[in-house]
Amino acid sequence: MAPADPAIRTTPFETPYPDYDVLGKWDSVSFNDATRRVVADRLQNVPERRFFDEPTFALLRAVIDVVLPQPERAERDRIPVEAWIDAMLYENRSDGTRYAGAPGKRAAWTAGLAGIEHEAHRRHEKGFRALSADERHFLLACIDAGEADPAAFDGIDAKSFFRGHLLKESVKIYYAHPFAWNEIGFGGPAAPRGYLRLGPDDRDPWEAREAKMPQKIRGLP
Amino acid sequence: MSTVVSDAQERIRATGGRAPNVFRRGEWVPMKQYPENEAVDFVIVGTGCGGSVLAAQLAEAGHSVVAFDAGAFYRPLEDFASDEREQEKLYWLDERISGGDHPIELGSNNSGKAVGGSTVHFQMVALRFRPEWFTSRTSLGYGHDWPVDWREMWSYYAKAEDAMKIAGPIRYPWGPKRGRYPYREHELSASALVLAKGAEAMGVKWCGTPTASLSAPRGEAHPCVYRGFCKIGCATNAKQSMLVTFVSKALKHGAEIRDLAMVGRIEVGPDGRATGVHYHREGEWRFQKARNVVVSGYSIETPRLLLNSACPAHPDGLANSSGLVGKNLMVHVNDAVWGIMEEEIRWYKGPPSLAVCEHWNYEDEGKDFDGGYAFMSQGPLPTDFATSLVSNEGVFGHELRKWMSHYNHMAGLKMVGETMPQETNRVELSDETDALGLPIPKVSFSYCENDRKMAKHAERFQGEMLRAAGAKSLYHTSSTAHLMGGCRMGDDPASSVVDAAGRSFDIDNLFVCDGSLFPTAGGVNPSMTIVANSLRIADRIIAMARRGDLH
Repeated sequence: MAPADPAIRTTPFETPYPDYDVLGKWDSVSFNDATRRVVADRLQNVPERRFFDEPTFALLRAVIDVVLPQPERAERDRIPVEAWIDAMLYENRSDGTRYAGAPGKRAAWTAGLAGIEHEAHRRHEKGFRALSADERHFLLACIDAGEADPAAFDGIDAKSFFRGHLLKESVKIYYAHPFAWNEIGFGGPAAPRGYLRLGPDDRDPWEAREAKMPQKIRGLP
Repeated sequence: MSTVVSDAQERIRATGGRAPNVFRRGEWVPMKQYPENEAVDFVIVGTGCGGSVLAAQLAEAGHSVVAFDAGAFYRPLEDFASDEREQEKLYWLDERISGGDHPIELGSNNSGKAVGGSTVHFQMVALRFRPEWFTSRTSLGYGHDWPVDWREMWSYYAKAEDAMKIAGPIRYPWGPKRGRYPYREHELSASALVLAKGAEAMGVKWCGTPTASLSAPRGEAHPCVYRGFCKIGCATNAKQSMLVTFVSKALKHGAEIRDLAMVGRIEVGPDGRATGVHYHREGEWRFQKARNVVVSGYSIETPRLLLNSACPAHPDGLANSSGLVGKNLMVHVNDAVWGIMEEEIRWYKGPPSLAVCEHWNYEDEGKDFDGGYAFMSQGPLPTDFATSLVSNEGVFGHELRKWMSHYNHMAGLKMVGETMPQETNRVELSDETDALGLPIPKVSFSYCENDRKMAKHAERFQGEMLRAAGAKSLYHTSSTAHLMGGCRMGDDPASSVVDAAGRSFDIDNLFVCDGSLFPTAGGVNPSMTIVANSLRIADRIIAMARRGDLH
């Protein structure tokens, strides 16, 4: 996707499913014990910062707030994506693939975040967190478009980091959270009870009701 | 890695004369056990579509069998959550290096680590090879012939389908007549009806996908409840994975399963024959003696083990006098076209691929490429869908959240496209080692011109069908799925690793039985072909044993 003109302000996201709460099914037959343990752990045990130092963690959070902005949520309801990224790196978890010639995850994230900060200084002579919302968004769009200064990224490919690590890991965490299931109307946990009504425009009473059509996506026909 | 759900990954379960009863919470089934210092008839490395089938059939025929798996022995009813992150425990997440011009994504994409192998998280699409593919070189002019007649393979497909109670249509619209499927077809979901509608509009045949999920009760398992988490593990046992079919059968007939047991090396004696395997379990390296060793670790771990077992008598690795161990690794082109429908589809419900179009597997006119492809309706769970979206489109910010909020209106068609065997696509050992000291495998993969032409053709055709079904705002994603090849079977020791019985040309008590045997990839999901081929190989090995032709 080409960098969007920062002058064009996008409209904020609004969920088509304002009345839906997947956690309302907690005591129903849509949740089994295994699922309750997993989801409770996710909601109650947000990992403490252990891998990044404080300034880098603050930068990561600022970047996440551009990737997945949640302005409508109070701080205690915000999905803290950065916490699980830090935990993944602290535990040095692999996802089964390391691309030849590319660094491991820890090195990639360290170089990638430093690269974003360098890029902010190169373009604006100030740090990423000091930029306006539009400037932050535009900066990341430029990185995705391959317009970053390669020297700033310490030998890693900036675009590969952006899509392959930053975006991918962020959505894996964000869309595994019940609040994200709510906003997209996902049925969520479904064992032992699954679903009866499978056809188009049909739903079981325990599925989300769409209150309005989803918003148009900019740039799509 | 421990999880909040269970300690299956921490502590061995198949021990003390019992193994988990996969059909009951907290319960056990009796398991026979064999001493390490007495040679068993067969050691089998891996319990997926290859190993578990062989273990069950050989044990049933009266052979002593010990089957090893690096993964955990789960009870799906209590160990599986409705949660994508938690269920990552089913994947082979040990680091592997992926290179080449088009490096493939490993891990969740194509590699399982559990008793039952990748079938614990497979998508249950149960298709057969087109008959001509078994002679693709002779009949169609590409790839390599299989060392087996298609009619023999088709008779084993029928046996595999019966063993897994495949739910399928009464009449299958492509290829020679086949018997009816053992269980009735599933109801079509809204996402499957999108494919049907598009195909009807284009005048192309389609049908309900033969699916390895129960459409009626079977023993202690209930029929499918359409919860839609199939790809990350079925928590109700409707899915006919190897864990609830052939592994159970193997235990019943006296096979021993060793979970959390990583085989690192095959030992070869002074006579050049295999004598057993070194394996790591409960924190130490151990040794199991065997009269015959079968490697069933799939297309990466099987070559890795054979190569890592190099010894003075076999300096390039075992079974490798052809130099082909690890070579001719194949994947399926898994590119997809996605679009937004006016109506609600809610594709998270039911098995994700309930409708299929095999048109371009059976039609040879109008193609500018060799090989074929099928495509199916789709139903990815949220993080699966989101990762494919961001890695292909680079979308972020409010636009990403908006795009994802179309989730319930999305539909997609995704291909399973046959790539060509190429020697340069291969598995090797790197010079890095893992936590157990074993060399980390390095995988190299590059598409050839033919693969790319097929992907282009499918992008156009799938896009046309999705539009014909009424989808708007179409976009395209690229990925790969499945692994095939790496230890080709054939008739000629110079151009294949093992013979039609999976037996090494170099070491007569060493066998390979899994997807790595495929000479060609075929344009369908590989699991049924692996199961059918394993049933066939089991019959051959049993016959060899009866006539005294085994070690």
